[in-house]
Amino acid sequence: MHKFEQLQGLGLRFRGDDTVYLDDKELKTLVLELLSHVPDPEIPCVSIVDLGIVRDVRSGPAPAVIITPTYTGCPATFAIHAAIRTALDEAGLKDIRIETTLSPAWTTDWISDAGREKLRAYGIAPPPKGAARHSLQEDRAECPRCGSSRTEEISRFGSTPCKSLHRCLDCSEPFDRFKCH
Amino acid sequence: MPGGNDVLFHHALRLGDDALILGQRLSEWCGHAPMLEVDLALANIALDLVGQATLFLGVAGEIEGQGRDADTLAFHRDVLDFRNCLLVEQPNGDFAQTIARQFLFSNWHELLMREIAAASEPRLAAIGAKAVKEITYHARYASEWVVRLGDGTADSRARMIAGLDWMWRFVDELFDAKDGTPSLRAEWDARIAHTLAEANLEAPKPRRGVKGGRLGHHSEHLGHLLSEMQFLPRAYPGAVW
Repeated sequence: MHKFEQLQGLGLRFRGDDTVYLDDKELKTLVLELLSHVPDPEIPCVSIVDLGIVRDVRSGPAPAVIITPTYTGCPATFAIHAAIRTALDEAGLKDIRIETTLSPAWTTDWISDAGREKLRAYGIAPPPKGAARHSLQEDRAECPRCGSSRTEEISRFGSTPCKSLHRCLDCSEPFDRFKCH
Repeated sequence: MPGGNDVLFHHALRLGDDALILGQRLSEWCGHAPMLEVDLALANIALDLVGQATLFLGVAGEIEGQGRDADTLAFHRDVLDFRNCLLVEQPNGDFAQTIARQFLFSNWHELLMREIAAASEPRLAAIGAKAVKEITYHARYASEWVVRLGDGTADSRARMIAGLDWMWRFVDELFDAKDGTPSLRAEWDARIAHTLAEANLEAPKPRRGVKGGRLGHHSEHLGHLLSEMQFLPRAYPGAVW
């Protein structure tokens, strides 16, 4: 069991004092729920859980959130680390550490279905599923505005490491696409 | 006789220094590239490389066990202590010369990282597996530009030929029998030949290879690069962002 005092804003019912006991499963559920409200700093329409950056919540004697970076040089990695720390601290979960792991390497296949839809609604074409295995195939991005697949690539490198630039040949709008990785 | 740890330290150092120096070189294009898309692409590639360098140098510091972290290794070593290959420190020249360097390097880098990803040191393997995904994009980007410039106008073609000619002498060092990766040569040669054929270019004339980067014997260009890269942390020790 994990003992916490002064947990805040987590929808927990308290009995008498502020002390809460959570078993491993409850702790994991609680932390994942909490982090599902932490937005990605560059693409705030999706959370870091949607993107598959949060890999696991380890319980036991040294509880930790396990995260993995999307791109090795992505500057958002630092902002994400800080945002997780803030979210945990504000909820009273100061004892939970953050650990970074590189292996297995992050892939766009880990972006949740809900995350894909949020990206599309935000105007970013989500990466096709299962595409990580043939990531550089000449597949055409689908325009997130009009749904047309008559599109062309403008630049393989976009405004952030994880995106490429495209243009729709039907509605003429330029758009970002989450790169297959 | 260097111990196993020393060999592994220098191995990680070479991997980190190659990525760091090329990342710094490419950053010089930021805001100066011939067009916006190219500016974004070169800055993105530089960012990937600096990220990889940070990880490799971090592991190098751990292996060494002297308390040096990635920043210390990047900013507080002098030119003779760098172990990058000569290719990555060469000046950007014009865009075609930059593309020539990237084309030759990234195609080798991709093969190398595949090998590192399958290697036995788990920390290096994890970085390699991650880096190879990024480098696949770099190699393809550079190869496409070689075709575009080589098979383009008379001017772009002449510049592409000149760029490849300038960089070609630094290729042998990558495959050096002692400090390099001779086992990757055949596959690299095939990849390069394939793209050059598509670009209607002939392979540059054989040149006597220049080596020495792995031993710390660098061209004059590296010192100038380091003086710019290292200025701030040396002038203001302990400065934080």
